[in-house]
Amino acid sequence: MSDAIRVRDLRKTYPASPPVEAVRGIDLHVERGECFGLLGPNGAGKTTTIEILEGLLDATSGDVEILGLRWDRDGDAIRQRIGISLQETRLSEKLTLRETLRLFRSFYRQGRDPDQLIAQLSLGDKADARVGKLSGGQKQRLAVACALVGDPELLFLDEPTTGLDPRSRRELWSVIQQFRDSRRTVLLTTHYLDEAERLCDRVAIVDRGRVIACDTPRALIASLGGEHVIEFQASDRLATGGAGRRPTLDAMLALPSVTGARDDGERLALSVAEPHVAIPALLARLADLGFQLAGLTTRHASLEDVFIKVAGHALSDAEPSVRE
Amino acid sequence: MSSAFAQLTLSRIREFIREPEALFWVYGFPLLMATALGIAFRNQPVEQMRVDVVKTRADAPPADAGPLAALARESRFVVTEGTDTAARQRLRGGKTDVVVVVVRGAAELTTAEGSAVATDPPVAGGGAVATDPPVAEGGAVAEGAAVAKGGARYAYLYDFTRKESLLARNAVEDALQRAAGRRDAFMAEDRNFDEPGGRYIDFLVPGLLGMSLMGGGLWGVGYVIVDMRIRKLLKRFLATPMPRSHFLAAILASRLLFLLPEVLVLLAFARFAFGVQSQGGLVGVLVFILLGALAFAGIGLLVASRARTLESVSGLMNLVMLPMWVLSGIFFSSDRFPTAVQPWIKLLPLTMAIDGLRGVMIEGLAAWSQPRELIGLAIWASVSFALALRLFRWN
Ligand SMILES: Nc1ncnc2c1ncn2[C@@H]1O[C@H](COP(=O)(O)OP(=O)(O)OP(=O)(O)O)[C@@H](O)[C@H]1O
Ligand SMILES: [Mg+2]
Repeated sequence: MSDAIRVRDLRKTYPASPPVEAVRGIDLHVERGECFGLLGPNGAGKTTTIEILEGLLDATSGDVEILGLRWDRDGDAIRQRIGISLQETRLSEKLTLRETLRLFRSFYRQGRDPDQLIAQLSLGDKADARVGKLSGGQKQRLAVACALVGDPELLFLDEPTTGLDPRSRRELWSVIQQFRDSRRTVLLTTHYLDEAERLCDRVAIVDRGRVIACDTPRALIASLGGEHVIEFQASDRLATGGAGRRPTLDAMLALPSVTGARDDGERLALSVAEPHVAIPALLARLADLGFQLAGLTTRHASLEDVFIKVAGHALSDAEPSVRE
Repeated sequence: MSSAFAQLTLSRIREFIREPEALFWVYGFPLLMATALGIAFRNQPVEQMRVDVVKTRADAPPADAGPLAALARESRFVVTEGTDTAARQRLRGGKTDVVVVVVRGAAELTTAEGSAVATDPPVAGGGAVATDPPVAEGGAVAEGAAVAKGGARYAYLYDFTRKESLLARNAVEDALQRAAGRRDAFMAEDRNFDEPGGRYIDFLVPGLLGMSLMGGGLWGVGYVIVDMRIRKLLKRFLATPMPRSHFLAAILASRLLFLLPEVLVLLAFARFAFGVQSQGGLVGVLVFILLGALAFAGIGLLVASRARTLESVSGLMNLVMLPMWVLSGIFFSSDRFPTAVQPWIKLLPLTMAIDGLRGVMIEGLAAWSQPRELIGLAIWASVSFALALRLFRWN
């Protein structure tokens, strides 16, 4: 069976002055039955990429295959087999939830029973409410329901949980997981690290139009060399007031079990495989160098750490140049 | 599961009837307009003429004596007596149509022995003889000439350019001359013409029908589509296997469906409130309504095919509609515009729709005996649709 999605050297330049190179050579390969995430900051090119895959935008160049088919030849066949939710759609406010789903259902040859879907997304008590009267979370769930109503093999979701409270997010996650558990494929975009980590089998980290890392969340974190992060602040004991010397990154990298070190400005962060080995050595070394420890925390490494390592800036920085 | 077309049409209808403001603008507004204009321009039973009488001399005879008494007797005149200043003021304010100034005193009147000579500025230069084409009884002139020695007995003060004033002046002149003894050369009979079809409201209803076809088509198609584009709903639909022809057909079908009550309500209202009846058959009316609706739906689609914001589509629609509101003869006949622009005005779809409807409703023509309007509208509809489909952008 063909792959769910296959993308080679995808490029998209928006005509503008100067032209915007939103996607600058992306390769993707999504297998059937997996939940694949595009993780990246604002403006990374996630929406542009996913809309090309959905057949809504024309690529400037590159090669796209969806379920083994191509948009230029088999557009209608692809549309019968995919379900999508856009980053923003305002469905008709005057229609009820049930009417909206019936409308979308009528576009597909085969599909699911709208009422059953409403129940599955726990929207039963809102079935006859107007869309305009739904909460943000309920609207998002309705958007996902519209994507599911054609009983697709492949689901595209562009930032499905943005702006939702934690409970609504978890509810949507479980809907997506159920879909994936029935051996069907999901491609979603997100800028939430925890969403990518919890929900996705594999994640592609996208930054400025390129995929800068792509693997399972576990493998990405493992690539840091250590699954733990030690963060600490150290002040110069000899300096009188103000800012003084700081421990050099080289000195930190020389410590046992430390595989990475970076300066976050205020604090230093070390990637560590075995904290119980690294911490005593760190304390001794700081004392030797004449530093006083001001604070120390340890935590599990996250995709954020991976992102910072590969992108060179934090995920929350929409304008990467600020830090560089 | 029902078809995409059925569901899309159903959705449009639901959205429409759940929007009370839209209902008002589409159905209520033309009715208000018809009522207001129908009342404002209704044919008054018989217009009364307002006449002021001013005596410039203390020895003038009383108003209820002599020829002046005739004015007070005739019910078509409303006579007010007053001073010169007051009368001029009422004339300025449009409160009176003509002022009769009694120029000579009672003594002179009795010697002149009941024949009046009026100084009549617009026609008579010297003021000695009233040669007055609008009244033009040969007898009066002859008689007037015979008694002209004494000079004018009355002066008529009025605005020469006001039609009502001219009418009143002529009527007053006529009444005074007769009361003073003029003999008419022959008798004539007045017959009132008030057959349906001749009134302003009969002229107005086809105009309002055309106007609502235009507004409904442009808003009902153009605005609705741009709104969906802005909401990214068009894009969302594009990502489904929805047949695009179903979408456009549903927009068109729902538009034609809303049209039905729109037209029926206006026609029924005009019928029961003002007795407006079509002289020609209903088929002719329906043919022009349908063709007009299609032409304006096509233009609406064309206007919406590229527009990305509500401002731009509103601007475009006003650009399209405004000239037609003015030129196409909704409220008054477009024949009033200069001959040079007539061929262009006749090419406008609203002119075609309204002219066609008036041809059927007022003149009792059949639709096919107006091939110009019939074919013209069909061309507008097909060209605008073809062009719109070619230009249409879904996202
Ligand atoms: N229609 C357009 N014309 C010009 N530039 C565009 C257009 N759409 C997007 N861009 C630009 O392309 C870049 C990528 O945009 P895109 O919407 O794909 O980002 P994204 O990753 O989805 O961001 P977000 O997380 O904010 O949704 C941005 O710099 C954006 O300004
Ligand atoms: Mg986006």
